Amino acid sequence: MSNKPVPRVRVPANAKKDELIEIKTLISHEMESGQRRDSAGKVIPRRIINTFTAEFDGKTVFEATWHPAISANPYQSFFYKAVKSGEFTFKWKDDDGSVYESKAKIQVA
Amino acid sequence: MISRRDFLQAGAAASALVAASGLGPLNRVAAQQRLSQADILRFQPLGTLTLLYVADLHAQLRPVYYREPSINLGVGEVKGLVPHLTGKDVLAHFNLPAGSPMAHALSSEDFVALAKNYGRMGGFDRIATIIKAIRAERGEGNCLLLDGGDTWTNAWGALQTKAQDVVEAMNLLKPDAMTGHWEFTLGAERVKEITDKLPFPFLAQNIRDTEFEDRVFEPRKTFERGGAKIAVIGQAYPYTAIANPRWMFPKWSFGLREDDLRKEVEDARAEGADIVVLLSHNGFDIDRKMAGRVKGIDIILTSHTHDALPDVVKVGQTLLIATGSHGKFVSRLDLDIRDKALKGYRFGLIPVFSDAITPDAEMAALVAKHRAPFEKDLSRVLAKTEGLLYRRGNFQGSFDDVFTDAMLQVRDVEIALSPGVRWGASLLPGQDITFEDVTNACAMSYPQCYRTSMKGEMLKTVLEDVADNIFNPDPYLQGGGDMVRVGGMGFTIDPNATIGQRISNMTNLRDGKPIDANREYTVAGWASINEGTQGPPIWDVVSQYLTTKKTITPRPLDAVKVVNI
Amino acid sequence: MTFPDALSRRDAIVLAALSAAATAIGPRLAHADAAAVEAEIKKLYADKKLGSGRVKIDVPQIAENGLVVPINVEVESPMTEQDFVKAVHVYADGNPLPGVVSFAFTPACGKAAASSRMRLAQTQNIIAVAEMSDGSLFTSKVEVKVTIGGCGG
Repeated sequence: MSNKPVPRVRVPANAKKDELIEIKTLISHEMESGQRRDSAGKVIPRRIINTFTAEFDGKTVFEATWHPAISANPYQSFFYKAVKSGEFTFKWKDDDGSVYESKAKIQVA
Repeated sequence: MISRRDFLQAGAAASALVAASGLGPLNRVAAQQRLSQADILRFQPLGTLTLLYVADLHAQLRPVYYREPSINLGVGEVKGLVPHLTGKDVLAHFNLPAGSPMAHALSSEDFVALAKNYGRMGGFDRIATIIKAIRAERGEGNCLLLDGGDTWTNAWGALQTKAQDVVEAMNLLKPDAMTGHWEFTLGAERVKEITDKLPFPFLAQNIRDTEFEDRVFEPRKTFERGGAKIAVIGQAYPYTAIANPRWMFPKWSFGLREDDLRKEVEDARAEGADIVVLLSHNGFDIDRKMAGRVKGIDIILTSHTHDALPDVVKVGQTLLIATGSHGKFVSRLDLDIRDKALKGYRFGLIPVFSDAITPDAEMAALVAKHRAPFEKDLSRVLAKTEGLLYRRGNFQGSFDDVFTDAMLQVRDVEIALSPGVRWGASLLPGQDITFEDVTNACAMSYPQCYRTSMKGEMLKTVLEDVADNIFNPDPYLQGGGDMVRVGGMGFTIDPNATIGQRISNMTNLRDGKPIDANREYTVAGWASINEGTQGPPIWDVVSQYLTTKKTITPRPLDAVKVVNI
Repeated sequence: MTFPDALSRRDAIVLAALSAAATAIGPRLAHADAAAVEAEIKKLYADKKLGSGRVKIDVPQIAENGLVVPINVEVESPMTEQDFVKAVHVYADGNPLPGVVSFAFTPACGKAAASSRMRLAQTQNIIAVAEMSDGSLFTSKVEVKVTIGGCGG
């Protein structure tokens, strides 16, 4: 991995109570599948982000388990029903044990 | 107009004249006398709104000959349906007398003789005259001019000016909206540079960026004309990123996006639109399928597949209009909209016979200005043709043979591949072949003529893949153009078979031997969608070949055998 | 009658038309098949019955780029504490490995829908299995065409 993965998230800053909002996330990562070979014919070892987790005020609301078929710079979107104001924490777990994190607040009126 | 009836009558009268004089087809003068501008423009108006529609102009600023296909197969459910009728079947279906102007404009029947009678078609200055006349008749506020795309590319001037010449010419026609396909081969940056300045919207509901799936262009615009609210939704060519080099617009993703389209239709209605128009570059069969699946579209202005239909095709309540290509036609659709609904319509496919229509001076001057810097290049004579040269059709045309022969010889290869694009004007026997004629059939932003080698099995894979993109019975799985053109190799194709089973009898034409799956063949081709493809531009290859050859004598097109149709 | 060597020797650039497929496939590796997908589903749910309907897979009919194919899965459900979608598993039957992605939903989602992007080595089926909060299972399948492309139009 040449660069540290950088997460980017799209969460509406404001929502009406009970509004269904779409949350979109991206993170820069090569997602090396473990299926490719280098020029010498050696298998390039797998290294992917294997889990994406979205928490709201500390409680998990959505989780995705990614396999090597997931594209580089993985994208994940999902929905959330806005009930109250609070903070999302998004976590990406790398095969190498690293965890990348991003937070976003939402105001519910 | 030209309502169909008028033309039929004109045609019938012409036929009678021919029979009486026994002189054969009308001579040119007679044809022109029959075909006056007034005749062409005559139209019984209806309602309060006129939609004017052009598409697939392919930057052809001046009139051309363009032979409609003699083979254009429909597969699956659309077998034998328009627009998959050619030659005599077109005449029979639309009741067009043989030899009549519309028969000539719409079919390949007796093309050479009739082209000599009726002359070239199209030209921006003639199109301008027609549009101005209709606007004057109906009132500018009661007309809506829409451009279906494939407008900005595929002529030398457009390539050299990065479409500036066509963009300015189109702006002079004052369109109300457009969508696109080949436009994107100018590259994302140039497309944005142009569209940001356009005095009308570039609409595309089905293009989103590859990051957060944001829209790249406005999806829709509602116009108030003729006392009605008309919502126009743009649908760019859904398979642009597959059929053309994706690296030129790497952050844009296309696709059919039916669900998004349904939402656009609903939103347009919710915002008060009386009628909904889809300005679509899908291609006819995709549009016909989409019309049956996405409810609430009143009119689909279809393009991409270059079909020209003198009548509306109805799918349920949706009207489909196919306006042809290369400036041969302007579509006029008069609409009677009352109580927020379409109560009636009248359609005319107006043929742009360049000898009968007075050029618009302002447009003619603009075209001349843009041509001037390239005039010397364009008019350079490379060779002469003894026979008809054309491309359009599902399989190899005689002009394609010139391209594949040129590659075989100049790149010194066993097999040549040439893309089955639907654009490229035709040349009549005895015509000089100029550099302009060559570039009208190949001017594009990825012209490199590569040279490589390929195993026989790879050639088979290529042919099978392209064939499936044309002949898959599900229109939604069709993409791209006509069948890839091949030089140095013959084959048999069964369009109704499945992928992997369509192509057989691949034969090396040099020695008559079957193509060996495991042998490497030297192969040349052009229009590769790969970034970094190397080779001379195809027009140099073809020009070099023509200059040496001096005279082109088209040979029978028998290398491709089509079976089971 | 040929172009300078500098040009004619650039043989390495293989016909672009081939590249989309070739890039996605890379060196030919063994790929999964329908049986491998079934085996994966059995690992999770043994021989439990798979109902049809309720699961909508949205993928492009033709992939623009085999390396990045968008997929959206949506499952019909009220998404209440009593009745919600617990999980959706997505498989591809023509990739080197059958697994693509698994989503774990909660009633807080409000809607059982999620989008990812996947790599597809060739034309193949995408299969999704949804597990409801009552333990029932639903499945659906859709084909994505991965084409060589080119040839403009």
